Amino acid sequence: MAHAALASAAAACPSNSAPPEHSQRADPAAFVRRDAEGREVLELLIEGAKCAGCIRKIEGGLLEMPGVASARLNLSTGRLNVSWAPGALGARDIVDRLTRMGYGATGFDPESAKRHVDEEGRKLLRYLAVAGFAAMNIMMFSVPVWSGDGEMGEGTRTLLHWISALIAIPAVLYAAQPFFRSAWIALRARRANMDVPISLAVFLTLGVSVAETVQQGAHAYFDGITMLLFFLLIGRYLDHKLREQARTAARDLLALQAITASRIGADGHVAAIGAGDIRVGDRLLLAAGDRAPVDGVVLEGVSDLDRSMLTGETLPHDVRPGDAIHAGVVNLSQALVMRATARASDSSVAELARLIEAGEQGRARFVRLAEKAAALYVPVVHSLALATFLGWLFGPALLRWTGLDVADVGLRVAFMNAVAVLIITCPCALGLAVPAVQVVATGRLFKRGVLVKSGDALERLAQVDVAVFDKTGTLTLGKPRLVSVVDADTMRAAAALARVSRHPLSRALAAAAGPGNAIRDAREIPGEGIEAGGMRLGRRTYAAPECADAADGAAEIWFSNGNAPPVRFVFTDELRVDAAQTISALRKRGIAVELISGDRPLAVEAAAREAGIEVWVGAASPADKTARLAALRAEGKKPLMIGDGLNDAAALAAAHASASPGTALEASQAASDLVIQGAGLMPLVDAIDVAKMARARALENLRFSALYNLVAAPLAAAGFLTPLIAALAMSGSSLVVTLNALRLQLEQSSATKPEPSSDSPGSEWAVEAGRS
Amino acid sequence: MSVMIVLIPIALFLAGLGLCAFFWSLRSGQYEDLDGAARRVLIADDEDAPL
Repeated sequence: MAHAALASAAAACPSNSAPPEHSQRADPAAFVRRDAEGREVLELLIEGAKCAGCIRKIEGGLLEMPGVASARLNLSTGRLNVSWAPGALGARDIVDRLTRMGYGATGFDPESAKRHVDEEGRKLLRYLAVAGFAAMNIMMFSVPVWSGDGEMGEGTRTLLHWISALIAIPAVLYAAQPFFRSAWIALRARRANMDVPISLAVFLTLGVSVAETVQQGAHAYFDGITMLLFFLLIGRYLDHKLREQARTAARDLLALQAITASRIGADGHVAAIGAGDIRVGDRLLLAAGDRAPVDGVVLEGVSDLDRSMLTGETLPHDVRPGDAIHAGVVNLSQALVMRATARASDSSVAELARLIEAGEQGRARFVRLAEKAAALYVPVVHSLALATFLGWLFGPALLRWTGLDVADVGLRVAFMNAVAVLIITCPCALGLAVPAVQVVATGRLFKRGVLVKSGDALERLAQVDVAVFDKTGTLTLGKPRLVSVVDADTMRAAAALARVSRHPLSRALAAAAGPGNAIRDAREIPGEGIEAGGMRLGRRTYAAPECADAADGAAEIWFSNGNAPPVRFVFTDELRVDAAQTISALRKRGIAVELISGDRPLAVEAAAREAGIEVWVGAASPADKTARLAALRAEGKKPLMIGDGLNDAAALAAAHASASPGTALEASQAASDLVIQGAGLMPLVDAIDVAKMARARALENLRFSALYNLVAAPLAAAGFLTPLIAALAMSGSSLVVTLNALRLQLEQSSATKPEPSSDSPGSEWAVEAGRS
Repeated sequence: MSVMIVLIPIALFLAGLGLCAFFWSLRSGQYEDLDGAARRVLIADDEDAPL
């Protein structure tokens, strides 16, 4: 155990380990801004900082650098703010220093780097504080009133009620604003949501209590109403926190793949700029390994493009001057000069945006659990209140008619009892029932590396019965791996050539061969291959024109060395380590699995066989994917789409629920309900399990709320409700619902045994123990 | 009972003070980095080291 703790401590704090490797790092210089005092400011996203030592090391290390004026790390968000005197050093120096210390550092898009303050969250906290203050102080006056029942003089009681009213009226009018606003919006759209009965109950209770106070009556509900608001605001704040957390995390993920561009000025000078600053007509330099930030046309250079993000194809495509380049493709072998034909915001997405919009309309029809409950609840409760009012008003007269001797109770009692029904059934528990569960569930998934974008995403995920996977980059890693077995000498010679090139197949070959020499004077012909001293490595027509095409559609490169027979290297796109395990785990849960990809059918079939998927479709266009999902939905199925490319975005939006890996493009992540960080797919299964458990808990909570109302409403209608009972019943039901939601934290997911991973809460404790 | 006339304003004043303190802490950004604040107390400043 001690060993494991030490190992995970090392994993948690990367201070001495090698810096995390990223194939693409945005140039931080594009993100430097000037502050009011003329200093240069840079906001960086730091990976790996987890403890006090990290804070000290990072801040101390940077402040040691000459010229650095301030460095402040926010550990919760992982953002570091550095400022320095202009000219003293460059943004690159800062990032290099951090990288040497063992932390990954990425510059932020200037847009999102705008100091992000969660205004909405602060406002809710303020409402919460006011409601809490009012609830506690009014309780101070209510307890004597309750306990002095019968003994307290009417004058004293009315004085205490008046003081309570003076606190409650401004506090309620202030703190209930979120509910009033949301109810007003719903009413204007001619809908009813949960906030309508809440607002109505709040208004009526306040009005009735003030009227009682004026008339020196006993039934003032100031304590109940403020406490109710306090609990409801807790639910509201939790719900907000959840969204905010997911939003921030999603933004951070995208910042990690932030794209910058190198603009070639009129004088030939190259400057780093953010992708958002590119204008139509700009000449951009696209180095090998760079991702095209915008749509454009090639002006100079010949190279290959990796279009897998757009189409799902794994084989590179060659381009030459005059060819179009789409935003999102990766330039593989040679630097290109391109002219931008669109801004970043409208690149390659016009058609896609249309498809996504069409898909999302289907999802908008989804009715959340709480809304379903509200739709049932509102008419029942309101008619019950009306019936109570009419019953107390006309009931005595009716009874007299049947011969009984009953006196009239009057308008005031009838009204008080009707309001009592509304108060006691005010959907406090109902309002908390679902958000409390979802907060616990998403918090738990967050620790497992799954970002849940919204609460209803979990509800939809729980209903899923078909999972449709994309292949490239989702089921697979999107990286080729050598599968041919070749003798050591040939391998060594081929690898020496391959190391010169940035082509993905060359790099895969070099990776398979391990470290070794590279041939310095090799000549690379983009789109063809590499040549040096009679050896050729490249496509068949270039390296081995005399050999026949194998016609199996596999990714291949050929190597020829003088007169020796040419050798063929075959590559496959490697599946994620836990792909097959994930598929069988999904099956075990009764979820059918399909594979649909834009790649060549042969490659798709091979991947399907290896992962154990029986239903697969190859060479599918984005429209084919959406059509397949529409067909599944037409059959009454609830499909889950998992994809990463631009070509999946529309399908992701059209599915009942959707997920994308953290490496997915912005459009895909935006269209997904879940984003899965890390290399594996198993968190997806965990997410489905947790979603199902969350649904069970939420239903339990709703049932409990219904039961509570079934008991409480008749009591109120019968006129037995006192302010003391109302206060106890409302806070009691809220507590029960919250505690039931917390049970979710303790339950084990049936899929995942608690494996010791460095980010599970368990090992974090181990880290603490190991350090202390 | 007339002691209430004195005690109630005192109680409300103290509670109001707490509310104001909370608003101040909220405005000064003390809830922006809860994890960081928890860890920063562990950083030992060398100048303050006991002799």
